Amino acid sequence: MNIYAIRAIYKFEMARTQRTLLQSVVYPVLSTSLYFVIFGSAIGSQINEVDGIAYAAFIVPGLIMLSLLTQSVSNASFAIYFPRFNGTIYELLSAPVAYYEVVIAYVGAAATKSVLIGLLILATAYFFVDLNIQHPLIMLGFLILTAVSFSLFGFILGIWADNFEKLQLVPLLVVTPLTFLGGTFYSISMLPPFWQNLSLLNPVVYLISGFRWSFYGEGDVSILASLGMTLGFLAICLAVVAWIFRTGYRLKP
Amino acid sequence: MQEPANQVPPAIQIDSLSKTFAGGFEALKGVSLDVSKGEIFALLGPNGAGKTTLISIVCGLVNPSGGTVKVEGFDILSDYRETRSRVGLVPQELTTDAFATVFGTVRFSRGLFGKPHDDVYVEQVLRDLSLWEKRDSEVHMLSGGMKRRLLIAKAMVHEPDVLFLDEPTAGVDVELRRDMWNLVRRLRDRGVTIVLTTHYIEEAEEMADRVGVINNGELILVQEKNALMQRLGEKRLVLKLNERLDTIPPTLSEKYELSLSDGGETLTYVYDARGEHTGITGLLSDLRDANLHFTDLDTEQSSLEDIFVNLVEQQR
Ligand SMILES: Nc1ncnc2c1ncn2[C@@H]1O[C@H](COP(=O)(O)OP(=O)(O)OP(=O)(O)O)[C@@H](O)[C@H]1O
Ligand SMILES: [Mg+2]
Repeated sequence: MNIYAIRAIYKFEMARTQRTLLQSVVYPVLSTSLYFVIFGSAIGSQINEVDGIAYAAFIVPGLIMLSLLTQSVSNASFAIYFPRFNGTIYELLSAPVAYYEVVIAYVGAAATKSVLIGLLILATAYFFVDLNIQHPLIMLGFLILTAVSFSLFGFILGIWADNFEKLQLVPLLVVTPLTFLGGTFYSISMLPPFWQNLSLLNPVVYLISGFRWSFYGEGDVSILASLGMTLGFLAICLAVVAWIFRTGYRLKP
Repeated sequence: MQEPANQVPPAIQIDSLSKTFAGGFEALKGVSLDVSKGEIFALLGPNGAGKTTLISIVCGLVNPSGGTVKVEGFDILSDYRETRSRVGLVPQELTTDAFATVFGTVRFSRGLFGKPHDDVYVEQVLRDLSLWEKRDSEVHMLSGGMKRRLLIAKAMVHEPDVLFLDEPTAGVDVELRRDMWNLVRRLRDRGVTIVLTTHYIEEAEEMADRVGVINNGELILVQEKNALMQRLGEKRLVLKLNERLDTIPPTLSEKYELSLSDGGETLTYVYDARGEHTGITGLLSDLRDANLHFTDLDTEQSSLEDIFVNLVEQQR
């Protein structure tokens, strides 16, 4: 195993984060704070409890997930798209690294960053609402698992995209809507039966539900379904990445 | 085929290598080539000949369509870790991470190629390439020539046995070019095998031990530089006459390919060094018979460029 390579890439990526600290950390925290103010305090005070949880507290897991998903996807996709775009990928391709080492380094760095952002948002949430996390370890586990899965997804996106537009379109047109419709601001049980069933096709529902379960002990679907769905998504992404590196898709002519 | 166990494998062993790009374009058509250890090999060819494609396959940037490549006896596909850790690549295009520092990006390369941290070595490489003063600069602040040197530093910092330089002197001034050649010689003295591509024939002529000429994806010729020039070169015999000559006497111009220059003071005879009879002896005695005397005599070998143009034209 080329540990030195993994470390070099990981450190390089974390250094990139430091250079862009404002947009990569401050922005997600600020925007989530705005959600807390608007939905938690202003509108939430008009809404009664959802599933027995105060509305402001109810939306916390969903809001963390919202940032976690968008950050993971955009970080990881940019991290690999950029070297392709400016040509520095030649060095990576000519280096004695196995594909899984490349993936560990890039996805690891992107996931680290989004987990940190997730925790930062959680800390911010304590300013606005009373929180009592029932299963903190499972919560952390979900946070990491989701960050890794979606960083992997972002990595694939960054290899697939051949222009900046595509790079931004997928998060904008796919990830964000799925997250908003995935029960960030409401419980799926509040929907009419048809929409409830349709929602069950949305993988993000399972993520948010599982995450919320770790906070409050209940979710829209069972915790096992959530876990299964997350692991399944992870497995699919891993398979796609393995295929990409085996064939050199979009990396090697 | 059984190779003797104690035989040192060539640094690079390319066998029937072909590449057809996705669009159907055949960039390499069965190239075979061995480069021995410690050799400086120049790959010479016009734009689009397939030089970069060949290098890219050896380094792992392009998938081969057929044939095999071995580096120091290891297959580039099945033993890619072995081969790639031994190979350094300076790409043709200047591609660098804009915001990393010079020191940081060179240190990064060393790690990426699986070598432990060694800031002393990084410093030495940067000093070798006159980049030490710029170590804390961000890469985008460097001039083009400095970027080129930075790419060389990045390619050398993992101590490769084989170094590929894809047009290393494109956009580089005379001084830097000289520095670069000194560096190449130093590397060779350390036993590093060097493969460089170039359009500048003088470079191949000056630097290489052997020259391969590639055109349209085919390796037309591989030869020791000296032998190549000797065997294929036209030579010129230049005679300084001690008397001005208005026209070449017909007795001579009928027999020999002669021309007058310098207002009639220089007589040049072009002959084929490959031929068994150069005609020089005959010419000299015929000159004496024509009562022409000369004060000085010199021979000039044709440059690789002449040879090259010749070869490519023959192929058309
Ligand atoms: N990714 C690619 N897809 C399709 N064709 C390609 C690709 N890369 C190179 N080619 C073609 O292959 C041929 C050889 O290209 P290559 O870059 O190897 O030439 P070269 O000898 O390095 O030329 P130059 O001296 O201009 O650098 C060219 O005709 C080029 O257009
Ligand atoms: Mg080229």
